[in-house]
Amino acid sequence: MTATPLLSDLTTRAKAKAHSRTHPRSCPCGAATLTDRPDGTVVRHADTVAKAHAPDTARTELTARLTVAARLPGVLLPPLTPTPVDLHGRLVTFWPYGDPVDPENPDAAPWEEAATLLARLHRSPAPPGLPPMRGPAKAARAIARLRATIPQPATEPVLRAWAALPAWARAEAPMPGLPGQPLRPTLCHGDLHLGQLVRHPAPDGPWLLIDVDDLGVGGPAWDLARPAAWYACGLLPPDEWTRFLTAYRAASGPAVPADGDPWPALDVAARALTVQTAALAIVKATAADRPLDDVQQAVVDACTRMGS
Amino acid sequence: MQCPKCHAPMHTYNRNGVQIEQCSGCRGIFLDYGELEALTRVESQWAGPAAPPPQQGYPAAPAPAWGAPQGGHHGGHGGHYGNKRHKSFGHMLFSS
Repeated sequence: MTATPLLSDLTTRAKAKAHSRTHPRSCPCGAATLTDRPDGTVVRHADTVAKAHAPDTARTELTARLTVAARLPGVLLPPLTPTPVDLHGRLVTFWPYGDPVDPENPDAAPWEEAATLLARLHRSPAPPGLPPMRGPAKAARAIARLRATIPQPATEPVLRAWAALPAWARAEAPMPGLPGQPLRPTLCHGDLHLGQLVRHPAPDGPWLLIDVDDLGVGGPAWDLARPAAWYACGLLPPDEWTRFLTAYRAASGPAVPADGDPWPALDVAARALTVQTAALAIVKATAADRPLDDVQQAVVDACTRMGS
Repeated sequence: MQCPKCHAPMHTYNRNGVQIEQCSGCRGIFLDYGELEALTRVESQWAGPAAPPPQQGYPAAPAPAWGAPQGGHHGGHGGHYGNKRHKSFGHMLFSS
């Protein structure tokens, strides 16, 4: 990997921040790049993580999201500093390091903990001025990338499934309230997947949610929709989905009714996330010039069934 | 334990009630004495005419109409949640 000026300076900042927390002589000085993508670069130095956010990140919105993370201990990992700093035109934030979920060990996935954290997040009051949750906007961005990719046989059913979604799920209208009721503003994560949980302090502290970039006010079903979509597509076994849903209900999560069929509440968001996942799968497979694997095909097949 | 071939750590999985070790590096599988026979026995039960339904911890969960067909053999991938489960867990369930 070529070290860009951003990456090398971000590494320096992470080191300086880590050494301001720990005496340099006691620091093991291990540095690692955790992520380096156009929409975010993340560097770790010992117990400190520095994140350069996406180039189009708005300062006031990110600061409002950091404030939420700082005020919900036990649910969200709190940042080390309350406001972002500037580096090469990007906004940078600092976080304590936490241990992530092991991608090699499906049996150890913390489904109950993830569900309980979401329920507690959804039951927390949303502070005034917090921007909307960005889930629908991310789905729309995935579709824009699909439209910019050479059409594949799988493209058409995915675009058809997208067109069948209501306008709010395509980020083309605000989410409507129920008839006769104002929409209760619910605090949502906006991009929940298993990479968004860490144990802090590492390695055996409690699980916490990370990554506030998409956090905001919206419909809480969106945060349950990825596991729901994986289950519907046959990628998540029914008992793991049921563990997740049962724990969310046990913690009085408001996204689904306390009992009975949860799908009327989940369907639109789960369809949107299935479409988003299928779109990105086609974009990535086309860029790599390889066919869809069976997992990616399962998500496209679900889009095909939505239109039938 | 460590993989005898590539020395990466091995993780234990429960497949149809049989504990098997799979290498996190080369994906090789280590079977203890009798485990191959136990797996074969389970497989023949699946193929047999009077096969009992698999034991699950919960009753069938509701699913949407556009969902994948639930349970049983599916698309020749060696069961609904065999290899696909591990692959989808490692890749898809972690990306946004």
